[in-house]
Amino acid sequence: MAALGPAVSSCELRVSASSSRLSRLGTRCCCVRGAAPLSQTPASLSPRPLLASPFLTCPLQNTMKLIILDHYSQASEWAAKYIRNRIIQFHPGPDKYFTLGLPTGSTPLGCYKKLIEYYKNGDLSFKYVKTFNMDEYVGLPREHPESYHSFMWNNFFKHIDIHPENTHILDGNAADLQAECDAFEEKIQAAGGIELFVGGIGPDGHIAFNEPGSSLVSRTRVKTLAMDTILANARFFDGDLAKVPTMALTVGVGTVMDAREVMILITGAHKAFALYKAIEEGVNHMWTVSAFQQHPRTVFVCDEDATLELKVKTVKYFKGLMLVHNKLVDPLYSIKEKETEKSQSSKKPYSD
Amino acid sequence: MRDGKGASRAPVLRFTNCRILRGRRLLREDLWVREGRILDPEKLFFEERLVADQQRDCGGCLLAPGFIDVQINGGFGVDFSQATEDVGSGVALVAQRILSHGVTSFCPTLVTSPPEVYHKVLPQIPVKSGGPHGAGVLGVHLEGPFISREKRGAHPEAYLRSFEANAFHDVLATYGSLDNVRIVTLAPELGRSHEVIRALTARGICVSLGHSVADLQVAEEAVQSGATFITHLFNAMLPFHHRDPGIVGLLTSDRLPPGRHIFYGMISDGIHTNPAALRIAHRAHPQGLVLVTDAVPALGLGNGRHTLGQQEVEVDGLTAYVAGTKTLSGSIAPMDVCIRHFLQATGCSVESALEAASLHPAQLLGLEKLKGTLDFGADADFVMLDDSLHVQATYISGELVWQAEEARQ
Repeated sequence: MAALGPAVSSCELRVSASSSRLSRLGTRCCCVRGAAPLSQTPASLSPRPLLASPFLTCPLQNTMKLIILDHYSQASEWAAKYIRNRIIQFHPGPDKYFTLGLPTGSTPLGCYKKLIEYYKNGDLSFKYVKTFNMDEYVGLPREHPESYHSFMWNNFFKHIDIHPENTHILDGNAADLQAECDAFEEKIQAAGGIELFVGGIGPDGHIAFNEPGSSLVSRTRVKTLAMDTILANARFFDGDLAKVPTMALTVGVGTVMDAREVMILITGAHKAFALYKAIEEGVNHMWTVSAFQQHPRTVFVCDEDATLELKVKTVKYFKGLMLVHNKLVDPLYSIKEKETEKSQSSKKPYSD
Repeated sequence: MRDGKGASRAPVLRFTNCRILRGRRLLREDLWVREGRILDPEKLFFEERLVADQQRDCGGCLLAPGFIDVQINGGFGVDFSQATEDVGSGVALVAQRILSHGVTSFCPTLVTSPPEVYHKVLPQIPVKSGGPHGAGVLGVHLEGPFISREKRGAHPEAYLRSFEANAFHDVLATYGSLDNVRIVTLAPELGRSHEVIRALTARGICVSLGHSVADLQVAEEAVQSGATFITHLFNAMLPFHHRDPGIVGLLTSDRLPPGRHIFYGMISDGIHTNPAALRIAHRAHPQGLVLVTDAVPALGLGNGRHTLGQQEVEVDGLTAYVAGTKTLSGSIAPMDVCIRHFLQATGCSVESALEAASLHPAQLLGLEKLKGTLDFGADADFVMLDDSLHVQATYISGELVWQAEEARQ
């Protein structure tokens, strides 16, 4: 198995060449091994909180993290905290926007609610954030209550301080759909690429509307929806299959793979099999989320129910890493404490 | 910074931290206003790509559509039925003072009067938009003189008329011009009423049944001819009888034109209608209930004697009688008092109580696209209420036109 990226001087990149299932899950976070320059103690296996901010000392770590929380609400909160820390520590500004890819559906609702709460408390601002949504139905009027434009407006945009010009959602009513898709790819390029792409997973293992059989190097394009997806979406259209749109514009698997970091939210028992296929089986275009096994930096955020089809060994391993992974959300940064945060990260390697 | 498309554009106002009455429910939503109309913020966001220019924190208040009073005879000493030289200022005074009651549109009402009065007064009360100067005038409500002698109530007997002779021509001769008229109350049992009702309806005037001894059948036929309203239900009509419900029976009649239902005014001041009767009417037909004040010139004045039409009235607390009798002579309860009393007496939802004073009168007059709602595109006439439905502020076309003292700090 080839190395997944350049090794960084202060970190060890561990790639197992064995065929054990665990190794196929990707590299372990090097920070566990304690190779950090600020540490005084010898490296040990026990996951001690050695660094206040893994971001600052290991910016180029290539990792797959599986974050497991007990319940949906905790998973949503963890994800929101992660996004919050990522944005704040990026120090976005008028010349440096944080580009965020965003999903729709019931899974991210809890996460959006928390992000809104952080904005309302004055801890987070979306003033210098640009968003790119993953997909939109074709032929559904923009003002239809089930369009993804409506979803984003009602569940996110109207509650925060993002400027409309910094939001991008594919237009499913464009005269030339493929041109609309191409233009979307260009907009992403123009914005400097996506810093963090947040996504969900369908029950059929799809990312965005990249249905089973989609090319793993696909770009933004028009897709016909699979029956599984139409069935899953029927509940938003009064249970009437005839009312569900059959086509959608979607970012490609390749488009999401281009992001510098990918975070997939997976909650609920009905997604458990898809998660299993995505991370415990091979990379397969029938389960398009599996493509992220080959992405340098992926975070899967799950609740217990979503892990029901995984091996006990896998779940135990990653739960054991939660102490370390929680360093990514604790300390939790706020734009209100910009000054404190700067001094904290350089003087206090240990958190209390 | 983003510049506007071409010349400077109208500012977008966003009212936050409030609950609004929309889609028959109270929603935790912001209210967006531009150029005097309610704006769709989603459309503004995705199509025009704009944000609000100004924000107003409503302190958790309720925002309801401005109240519409379709039966008000005067107030603050002004009597709409008095033929003065300057009726306009009287109307303007009332229009300005009722803003504090949350009323943003109204129909000045004239009681039974001689033709000279109508000829002199009507041309002086044009339809007029509201604003900082006062509530908007939607048109005049002519209550009489084509009403029943027996059920005239406080109306002067001398000036009652019939249109048996020349039907609509009699109507025109009596009133003069109908240009500024919006509603006419008449008794359908009078001969040739069907011709009159049809003629009035054809001119876009709302016909209301009241001050009448009609039985249910006569009333139903009147509705089939075009009548759509009942003037102050229960008052000045035959009482409900189980074998002949009379006009009251219209609330549950199955002989109305398909797709239409009857609207009915109710004076909910705690005096004109017993709460139990209020509840019976509301439960029988909640969609048609229209709260009216039927306020007399004594509204807003203290106890004592005042003029109403061609007669004197005596005010005592919340009650007004025809001087020297026990006949009620209109109410002096302001619209917001009526709403609160209605809510408390019927135990209905806040949404229902507010709709009875806004949406329903707008529907009666066919104005529900622009008035009586907070739907996108409607006129931004609304009222800010606290949880006990006391008026905190009144807005017309998105502009603050009245504010409570405490709120002014």
